[in-house]
Amino acid sequence: MSRETSLVTADWVAQNIDNPKVVIVEVDEDTTLYAQGHIENAITFHWREDLQDGLIRDLISKEKFEALLSKSGISNDSTVILYGGNNNWFATYAFWYFKVYGHADVRLLDGGRKRWELDARPFVTEVPTRTLAHYVAKDRDNSIRAYRDEVIAAIGTKNIVDVRSPAEFSGELAAPAHLPQEGGQIKGHIPTAKNIPWSKAANEDGTFKSDAELKDIYQSAGVDLAKDTIAYCRIGERSAFSWFVLHELLGVNNVKNYDGSWTEYGSLVGVPVAVGA
Amino acid sequence: MRTCGATPGGPSLDGIDLSKQTVIQGQILRDGSSDSVPNGAAVTNGHVRLLDASGEFTAEVPTNLEGQFRFFAAPGSWTLVVQAPGARVEQKVVAAQGTPTDLVIHI
Repeated sequence: MSRETSLVTADWVAQNIDNPKVVIVEVDEDTTLYAQGHIENAITFHWREDLQDGLIRDLISKEKFEALLSKSGISNDSTVILYGGNNNWFATYAFWYFKVYGHADVRLLDGGRKRWELDARPFVTEVPTRTLAHYVAKDRDNSIRAYRDEVIAAIGTKNIVDVRSPAEFSGELAAPAHLPQEGGQIKGHIPTAKNIPWSKAANEDGTFKSDAELKDIYQSAGVDLAKDTIAYCRIGERSAFSWFVLHELLGVNNVKNYDGSWTEYGSLVGVPVAVGA
Repeated sequence: MRTCGATPGGPSLDGIDLSKQTVIQGQILRDGSSDSVPNGAAVTNGHVRLLDASGEFTAEVPTNLEGQFRFFAAPGSWTLVVQAPGARVEQKVVAAQGTPTDLVIHI
């Protein structure tokens, strides 16, 4: 868990595009971008169609995850490089997901699609053909995943970090502003949560800020990282980004991503809710 | 490229309930006077971010194949930041529910 083991630069990816041990995966909510152009040799996972159960709201089962990776030519000893649009939101979600199922060597392309594009690096449209592999996943690691009852019990005791935008935290918006403002959830946030938007951790080009800057973001907001921390957002992808910052870049062990997030919490009957800044 | 003769600006609003949504949208075009691309070419590899009145990030979208983008915001003052290879432009906008804010931004 460090910047060196969790993050790679665009130069590193460019040099390892043909490395047989490396599998590059673009992960996003909109894979039409992949179809328009992607990093050479990259395959794609759709965060919902490939990574959500579809019937119940949950991760896909261990067996389905093994099947997905096997058919994608990913082995247990593969170095998996994840990247995507949306400032790597869904790529960090997939990173967290790979860690939940115990993959040894998974890394994120710093800056994702955006930095790659701003650097005017090449995209291709050819979809690579990958040889089938035999992937064996571990049982889910729930030490990095929070469920709703733990979140409710954490109110006023553990650190709860709401990584959505200030407008969503206060209740002004119900969703990120690139999506229509509708949905079944009420608006607001979990009481005692601190609003530390995921975007504080990223530079404008989508790359991560320095470790010193990242630590300061949390310390200046009054978060005692010695205590257990739960991060949440709306659907668990932006909070995976902040989980990545804390758990992987800063090496804070006791951090969980609440992937149920506001979509679940804001639909629960009878739980406390706060509004305003 | 946008079809010749079409009105410049953001994507079609068909199917969007404008009585409920506060839309900020537009199209990003290259100002070709200082580079080799044709003047008015759609910027298809751009990113547009939406900052709230205090300058906090609220959302970001890539431009589409016609250089267009769209946000669903709330009424009030916002700032758009357009990024593309070699270019960065900021533009302040005021959004209202019911009347889309539709822009053409040259970079």
